[in-house]
Amino acid sequence: MARLRGLGGAAFSLAVTLLGLLFVTFIISRVVPIDPVIAIVGERASEAQIETARVALGLDKPLWQQFFIFVGNALQGDLGTSIRTGEPVIQAVTRAFPATLELATLATILGVIAGVPAGVLAATRPGSLADHFVRLVGLMGYSMPVFWLGLIGLLLFYGVLGWVGGPGRLDAAFDMFYEFEVTPYTGMILIDTALAGRWDMFVNAISHIILPAGLLGYVSMAYISRMTRSFMMNELGQEYITTARVKGMPEWRVIWVHAMRNVMVPLITVIALSYAYLLEGSVLTETIFAWPGLGSYITDALLVNDMPAVLGGTVVVGVAFVVLNLVSDLLYRLVDPRAR
Amino acid sequence: MSTLTEWLRDPNPTSRRQAKLGQLWLGWLRLKRNPLAMAGLVIIGLLLVIAAFAPVLATHDPIAQNLQNRLQPPLTPGHWLGTDDFGRDIWSRIVYGSRITLYIIALVAVTAPLIGLMVGTVAGYFGGWVDAVLMRLTDIFLAFPRLILALALVAVLGPGIENAVLAIALTAWPPYARVARAETLTVRNSDYIAAVRLQGAGAGRIIWGHIVPMCLPSVIIRVTLDMAGVILIAAGLGFLGLGAQPPLSEWGLMISAGRKYLFEQWWVATMPGLAIFIVSLGFNLLGDGLRDVLDPRSAAK
Repeated sequence: MARLRGLGGAAFSLAVTLLGLLFVTFIISRVVPIDPVIAIVGERASEAQIETARVALGLDKPLWQQFFIFVGNALQGDLGTSIRTGEPVIQAVTRAFPATLELATLATILGVIAGVPAGVLAATRPGSLADHFVRLVGLMGYSMPVFWLGLIGLLLFYGVLGWVGGPGRLDAAFDMFYEFEVTPYTGMILIDTALAGRWDMFVNAISHIILPAGLLGYVSMAYISRMTRSFMMNELGQEYITTARVKGMPEWRVIWVHAMRNVMVPLITVIALSYAYLLEGSVLTETIFAWPGLGSYITDALLVNDMPAVLGGTVVVGVAFVVLNLVSDLLYRLVDPRAR
Repeated sequence: MSTLTEWLRDPNPTSRRQAKLGQLWLGWLRLKRNPLAMAGLVIIGLLLVIAAFAPVLATHDPIAQNLQNRLQPPLTPGHWLGTDDFGRDIWSRIVYGSRITLYIIALVAVTAPLIGLMVGTVAGYFGGWVDAVLMRLTDIFLAFPRLILALALVAVLGPGIENAVLAIALTAWPPYARVARAETLTVRNSDYIAAVRLQGAGAGRIIWGHIVPMCLPSVIIRVTLDMAGVILIAAGLGFLGLGAQPPLSEWGLMISAGRKYLFEQWWVATMPGLAIFIVSLGFNLLGDGLRDVLDPRSAAK
């Protein structure tokens, strides 16, 4: 019963947050100094043309009514039409989203693989050289502008060493034929090329994604290792750990089985948060790596003042953010018996 | 000097101020033992010095172009960090850029905590539906990814330093509201608040005069921890051309200008990035150390 009520509460707060999200974007879109009517009909339109366009856009109605229409449209997946391309924003955004998701997912996986062991290592030897090292590497990850890190990464690993592919998702030679030879089931290039059996493209795609994913993964590792360390320190001070040690249990089992189970609970929230953060952090990274995701879409639209596209992209990132938070909340309940 | 330290160490302070300063002194001693935090403090100190003495430290005019001298590599005589695509001295530009960075940090550090304090203390003090509404509002802003919201706001307000600051402040206040609310809840029902209320003080006076001061320490720590993030977001906005405008030597803007020359003239983009990294690291190191000193849980170790 309590669990149900918890779920109901979570769903309610999700709805309120989403509504708030739409409200904020709506307000932003209405204070925009660029007149959307002029943007459509042009500077030299007659009074009558401007008036027809106003009515067609629904701008003659009172503000609260406009808001309801805006929410109604958004709920039906209509986020407006891009001024730059004339394409519905939702179409462009759904096409771009998988690329961002792919990048953020791979980065999170890399961040967890590196961050959790590093955090555990630091927690089991507090004050040691390893501990300071993990802390410093983590703080450095917090302190680097991610776009600069991307540029330096490109310079070093692509320009100087030539170990990885350059900007874009594929080499130009593959990119030309990609859309003819691979069916975009998921929009994620690694999965689609694997499904199509084009392993040459798959390998090439890996060489392109590994650098941006690795750099974002480093940022995520910084956060995950630090939180893991603090959670693990906390658990290792508990009495059940002492009991386990006194019983003669091997240390690896004490840490990785007994303590880890309890560390997992808060760690899931942290991982979900860093995942959500990567969706955002990818905005700047994508522009550096010419990655055709949501971030590139938003920043390209920004440069030409295409507000419907910017706000539509913002709403989608915001929704992804909120949904991830909800998922972490649900997982939390699942993993932690006390929350049931 | 020794009498001052003795006065600070006195286990039986005679005045409230002595007790408070004694506590601060102990905190400082603990902070001093942390080499990383001290390194952070030194970096921030250096930043302040560089910004203050920019005209002395800069070897050239930061915006004077010299096209015959463009894209000189580092360690060129007279231009030890090289020159950019307009032949401007990169070192001088970075030195003057520190002022812009400090300006942004200072403005955000004043405005965002103020909004957060107001929202948080009012929510915590009144409770009930006021609390519910304000905290829901805070959650909504927290649900927005910060950089994206700042991007959308600047896109609407128009590019420029002031608008970038406004956008950053509008995205940075929710954590302060959370902190302030939590602090308010712990002191709201204490006797001294009840005493002030019985003397006839109104809500505004109680909040401003008696609750806000209690929230300040935790808010200030939060500010230090936040500044690194503010620097990065400001640089990101500058990089996208939404913050400071040319010919200002904002560091993010300088990186974006150097992007075209990345593979041949790497220093143009690298040097300002290093500056951002070092300053942001300084704030992170100091904030990290401060948290260790002030968090009673980690102090016990």
